[in-house]
Amino acid sequence: MFVRLALAATLSASPAMALDDPQTQLVDPLKTGMWDYHQVEILGDPKDIRFDDRIRVLAPEFAEDSFNVPVLVDATAIEGVRRIVLFVDYGPVPRILTYWPGEAEAKLAFRFKIDQSTPVRAAVERNGGAWHVGAGVIDAAGGGCTAPAVAYASDDWEERLGETHGQIWPETGRARVIVDHPMDTGLADGIPIFIIEDLALKSETGEELARLELHEPVNEDPAFTFYFPDGGLGDALLVEGRDNNGNEIEATLRPRPLTQ
Amino acid sequence: MSLSRRAALGGMAAALTAPRAFAAVKRQYRLEPVPVAHDMWMIEGATEYFTDANGGAIVNCALIRTEDGIVIVDSGPSRRYGEALLALANELDGNGVAAVVNTHHHPDHFLGNQVFADRPIHALPTTKAEAETHGDAFADNMYLLLGDWMRGTEMVPPNSAVEGGELIIGGRAFDLLPLAGHTAADLAMLDRTTGTLIAGDLAFLNRAPTTPSANLDVWRDSLDLLEGVGAAGVLPGHGPLDRIGDSLRQTRAYLDWLETTMSEAARSGLDMVEVMALPLPAEYAAMGAMPQEFHRSVVHLFGRIERRELPRADHKG
Repeated sequence: MFVRLALAATLSASPAMALDDPQTQLVDPLKTGMWDYHQVEILGDPKDIRFDDRIRVLAPEFAEDSFNVPVLVDATAIEGVRRIVLFVDYGPVPRILTYWPGEAEAKLAFRFKIDQSTPVRAAVERNGGAWHVGAGVIDAAGGGCTAPAVAYASDDWEERLGETHGQIWPETGRARVIVDHPMDTGLADGIPIFIIEDLALKSETGEELARLELHEPVNEDPAFTFYFPDGGLGDALLVEGRDNNGNEIEATLRPRPLTQ
Repeated sequence: MSLSRRAALGGMAAALTAPRAFAAVKRQYRLEPVPVAHDMWMIEGATEYFTDANGGAIVNCALIRTEDGIVIVDSGPSRRYGEALLALANELDGNGVAAVVNTHHHPDHFLGNQVFADRPIHALPTTKAEAETHGDAFADNMYLLLGDWMRGTEMVPPNSAVEGGELIIGGRAFDLLPLAGHTAADLAMLDRTTGTLIAGDLAFLNRAPTTPSANLDVWRDSLDLLEGVGAAGVLPGHGPLDRIGDSLRQTRAYLDWLETTMSEAARSGLDMVEVMALPLPAEYAAMGAMPQEFHRSVVHLFGRIERRELPRADHKG
């Protein structure tokens, strides 16, 4: 009885507080109704968190192809970035990916499958645990998450699996990589989840420079652009990853030979 | 979302018991027939993207008089547009509509078909197949973009497959040119009576060409062939009537520029969002539907181009 009374007193003292409210309540400028939930479920309810428009999420206003929505997130205005968590407010699987930039800049270009019109949030955790959140809004006809992978309807998809294209540009600090993989979400009838889960960039000596954790919404044949500071890229960059079926991805990115 | 909106519009049409809520002005197309040549008119579409203001009337249609009535080339984006075309054809000729031709399967060119379902609707076999495969999804997207303008529109694919060669309707002869490149099947028609080439979307003028189903190499081959026809005039799929072949030259120059720009961008390490941000040359920035159409083309084409330009890097051998 005492416990219940105490609880009732607590509730009446802060009437807006529900049990699953975040400990730090933000006013979501986009007012999607989903922010509080994602703040708790995806970001783990951090205490030190704010919206920050220095984080830029660049994307076309309308998703021309709901299977391939290009996004460029730029958090280079934030000091000491540990990781960038990308997710949508509306979609059957909100998490897109998490990027640990490490030795690279806090900036990444990628593509994802969109299911409906939604904000894309870029939640940046700094060393020390402070969170800064930026967003961009994308309009869409949708359906990208719940349809099967397109190219992998053919029989020869297994031969293409893990085929990788890419290159580094040491003079501009860029690295691009495209890995052939169906990235099946598991949401299409009879097609189990089949996605690349981890992708790491390493130096030639095997030192990890940056790392990605991927989720279902990342596009079929994922394509990424990484950005390194001046002099941050050597003569080669190793790409290592694996999918949820244990298939390994291994590639070496080099500059284009001058003769080409 | 599009489905529910479509269902809702259908529901609203049925719910006539609440007339007050739907007393707003009904959106109407005003189709102006512009004389092109002897017994031939065009409806000139807005050189824009689909908007509520233009009702999707962004396409050029041709109306050609024959002894049996009017031949309509491309039926527009909606049922209501098709009805306006039918009314116009009835004004132009007492015999009404003899036949319809669909140049290709994009929604702005054939979603007026249902009005003419009891007449021959000619198209290339692949166009017919593509319409059957993608037509409903196109219609859903058009409902999303245009709302009430689309009310009552149902996708009706072409009902008559034609190949290349001669087509005679009501005594008027046309040369059918079965081409491709803008889509998997693009039908161009040369009117033998006047030498007018109805190019469909193989030719654009002062409106950015669209590429959602494009193969640029095949498209350029088709332009080669059309330039060799020596037409007296070209009716492009979008943009004004062309008397001197500008539409064919401009379309080719733009496709070349698209491919070169994206190839160079891929070789210098740009990603899609960065390619979209590239400045457009003044001549292309001045086209209708820019820069949106360039942004769309980046999404359509860049993935294939970057794969071609970036070297293999895996260890699979």
